[in-house]
Amino acid sequence: MRRLLARRLWHLGVVVALATTLSFFLIRLAPGDPFLALLENPRVTPQQVERLRAEYGLDRPLPEQYARYVTRIARGDLGDSFTYWKPVRTLIAERLPRTMLLMGLALTVSFLLGIAIGVIQAWRAGTATDRVLGAVAMFFYSLPDFWLALVVLYVFGYKLDLFPTSMIPAFHLGPVPWWQQLAETAVRLAMPVMTLALLTAALIARYQRAAMLDVSGRDFVRTARAKGASERRVLLRHILRNALLPIVTLLGLAFPALLAGSVFIERIFSYQGVGYLTVEAIRSSDPELVASLVLLMAVLVSIGNLLADLLYAVVDPRMRARA
Amino acid sequence: MAVWLSAGLLIAAACVAVARWNAAPVPHPGPWRIALARFRAHGPAMASVYLLIALLVLTTLAPWLVSYGPTDTLIAPSEQPPTLAHPFGTDFAGRDVLSRVLYGGLVSLPVALLSVLLSATIGTAYGATSGLASERVDGVMMRLIDAILAIPRLFLLIAVLAIWGSPSVPTLILLLGTTGWFGVSRLVRAEVRALRGEEWMVAADALGASRRRMLWRHALPNVLSPVIVAATLGVGHIVLLEAALGYLGLGVQPPTPSWGNIIQDGAQSVFAVWWMFVFPGLAIVLTAISFNVAGDALRDALDPRQVGRR
Amino acid sequence: MSEPLLSVRDLRTTFPTPAGPARAVDGVSFDIAPRETVGLVGESGCGKSVTSLSILRLIQPPGRIETGSRIAFEGQELLSLDERRMRAIRGARIAMIFQEPMAALNPVFTVGDQIAEVARVHTDASRREAWSRAVEMMRLTGISDPGERARQYPHELSGGMRQRVMIAMALMMNPPLLIADEPTTALDVTIQAQILELLRELQQRVGMSILLITHDLGVIAETASRVLVMYAGEIVEEAAVRRLFDAPHHPYTEGLLAAVPRLGEARERLAVIPGTVPPATDWPTGCRFRDRCPYAWDRCAAEHPPLYRIGEGQWSRCHLAEEPERREPQSGSRGAGVLGSGSGDPATLSN
Repeated sequence: MRRLLARRLWHLGVVVALATTLSFFLIRLAPGDPFLALLENPRVTPQQVERLRAEYGLDRPLPEQYARYVTRIARGDLGDSFTYWKPVRTLIAERLPRTMLLMGLALTVSFLLGIAIGVIQAWRAGTATDRVLGAVAMFFYSLPDFWLALVVLYVFGYKLDLFPTSMIPAFHLGPVPWWQQLAETAVRLAMPVMTLALLTAALIARYQRAAMLDVSGRDFVRTARAKGASERRVLLRHILRNALLPIVTLLGLAFPALLAGSVFIERIFSYQGVGYLTVEAIRSSDPELVASLVLLMAVLVSIGNLLADLLYAVVDPRMRARA
Repeated sequence: MAVWLSAGLLIAAACVAVARWNAAPVPHPGPWRIALARFRAHGPAMASVYLLIALLVLTTLAPWLVSYGPTDTLIAPSEQPPTLAHPFGTDFAGRDVLSRVLYGGLVSLPVALLSVLLSATIGTAYGATSGLASERVDGVMMRLIDAILAIPRLFLLIAVLAIWGSPSVPTLILLLGTTGWFGVSRLVRAEVRALRGEEWMVAADALGASRRRMLWRHALPNVLSPVIVAATLGVGHIVLLEAALGYLGLGVQPPTPSWGNIIQDGAQSVFAVWWMFVFPGLAIVLTAISFNVAGDALRDALDPRQVGRR
Repeated sequence: MSEPLLSVRDLRTTFPTPAGPARAVDGVSFDIAPRETVGLVGESGCGKSVTSLSILRLIQPPGRIETGSRIAFEGQELLSLDERRMRAIRGARIAMIFQEPMAALNPVFTVGDQIAEVARVHTDASRREAWSRAVEMMRLTGISDPGERARQYPHELSGGMRQRVMIAMALMMNPPLLIADEPTTALDVTIQAQILELLRELQQRVGMSILLITHDLGVIAETASRVLVMYAGEIVEEAAVRRLFDAPHHPYTEGLLAAVPRLGEARERLAVIPGTVPPATDWPTGCRFRDRCPYAWDRCAAEHPPLYRIGEGQWSRCHLAEEPERREPQSGSRGAGVLGSGSGDPATLSN
């Protein structure tokens, strides 16, 4: 277990180094002066651009610039955003918890939903139920996330008017009891969570069904039947427990997909998280912010992978012994 | 344009050939023939193939199908809902949305197909090199892939496009192609590694066959099926990705239409001009579903473990 | 002979394939008496395992047991039981152990859990009662320190230990019948002998019947009292163990015996039966063994042989029963040509 952890932490280090290098070159090697575009922003003064140039040491040789940049990142200084007029670090610290809340809820819902659908499909494999669920999963799997978000917003937010279409006040409710805050938050998060969960559940269901069918052909399933275990027991205890093992690794796959989806979902549902910030950063070509967000995403995905690996080691007794 | 026109018709013709090919039973069918027969027996997959043929033909023949160019402005009142003259309505500049969706396909489809072709080529080359290299080189090459894969592709593209500015269509293809080959290279590498351990490979090595020759003659045919499957599913994915970039304003730049940026054109008042997002959206969804269904069916058809089952 | 414990009549199990139905088991009949050990031998693909799975009705769709087949167990017709009552028999009245214990055990549960599950399924024993019975069964099967072992996972045990776990699981409910499908094939030789010894000992202690399925005649010689020889979905010979080794009748049995190496017998090379079992979708007409048989003549192609009675308790599906003079080896007979007569003392068999 310790060796696994050490290896994954080393891997995380490599990813951070790579992403840092990448974001440096993104800014430094951009065609033309990377900060010239900033001058189009009326709130940016030429003096600030000058200061930024000096900070990056644009007059220095490239290796030195790189060394400076790395040192700066290592100190935790991600630079300043000119759109928000704030240090990038503060911005991220403010927005990240919201995105994590959305991610956590969407992950939970999508895994529960996806596993349930996959189990039903495998249980009824080859029947009309299986085919219909498979087709539905395939449909959602092939939808552009922003498009589904717009449809959900239109249908549930406007036509049926079930949910509030604005997220912003959820965090500015003022002095109301905690349960009311919780209820408000839940209602406001319902649509974005639903959208993200539907998209990811489709992916998970496809894997879960395949894993279940794979396991159901194994010898120990026959042993369980030979013991006199009921089909229900065989399915939910013997097959499902084994089929959940590969699904754990899906966490590493679903997480980046959800993060990417959050860009559109947060924007469309006006949810002020990291994804929303990304769209704003693009709109206003805020180089420091964009580069930092890429770095952040790489770190988040690596941590997600690390957690998935550790979880796998915990749930699989064979890995537990080896690690 | 003319190049794409002929390429599009060629691909459509190839698809028709697959669909119409008369499977005369032969005494000892080879693996490709078996795979083709199984693919053709898959109803939804064949429906997808026909749908793709229709989409390819419609978009390639767009110049003859619609009387308005995609960039002709003020041909009708702006933001007009669908009418007989303009079945998909018009956009804010009074352009015909039907024309823009068809011509958009003429951009979105080649972008997707060409960038997948590029990724498949790079991925196969990298994976095969890694697979045939020594343990240490292989290890380094694969760790590098692991690290790059940690950065979500969408964010990588967003960063590059947002900072480096709006791309031309060839640049976009290049960017999409060079960021999509990591998965393929892993597949190919695994396949080559597995083949290397097999006795006939060891024997070929002992007989002094050159590495390159081994790669071309023996390994490549074996790794082809997973690459074909991955590429087919990859097109479905790229269509969605390109649309997403277009929606963010980072993909194909207006006034050239692409399925993503047409939706972006209507995004400001999306519920008032529903036709601006329903029609290009349907085009995207249908394309993505078709490629995904066909990819799934190809995987089942090409999987040798399934021979003889059912 | 007393009332049989298990009575299989005209069992037919088929699997649909693109090339037509595969008749894996095609009209098999036999009895097993209480406390008796019956061996079922044959090459892989001859239908041994399908026979045993059919008895427990564990054939997975689209495979099916054809109507007209009958399996009577303790006076009950198993094929007409509903699924719930059939489940009450599986694991409790008829238990089964499998060839590859590593694959047959669930990797994510402790072995104690898996043994205890039998009691949980068939009785209303509490978790703790079931567990202590599982530990007790493990002790009975010769697992040292069973309390500790029960908490381990299958991958943490040795091959022989895993098979002991399977046996403990099978014997949890004291079943009158144990089906052992190649129980020693995956184990190395010294462990094989230990497991066979254990089975014999336990059989005497609890008084159960065993249907022992194997391709290894040595295992049969050590364990069984009566043997069924299966070929191409049919039983081709049935005899008491001693009789089968001393005077095999069916040419297939002869071939199997000739393929067994024995101590104290100098041989240039071991005989093999030429050819392979034909595919189950396409059994030959007439005698199914005739393509591989050194004695085959025109009658064998024309007429499907019935089971001829050869002597006391011995039956053979071969026309040689009516035309014994044809057994003389013909010059230029096909095959390896070293098919032995099969005589010899079974006690000298090695395996």
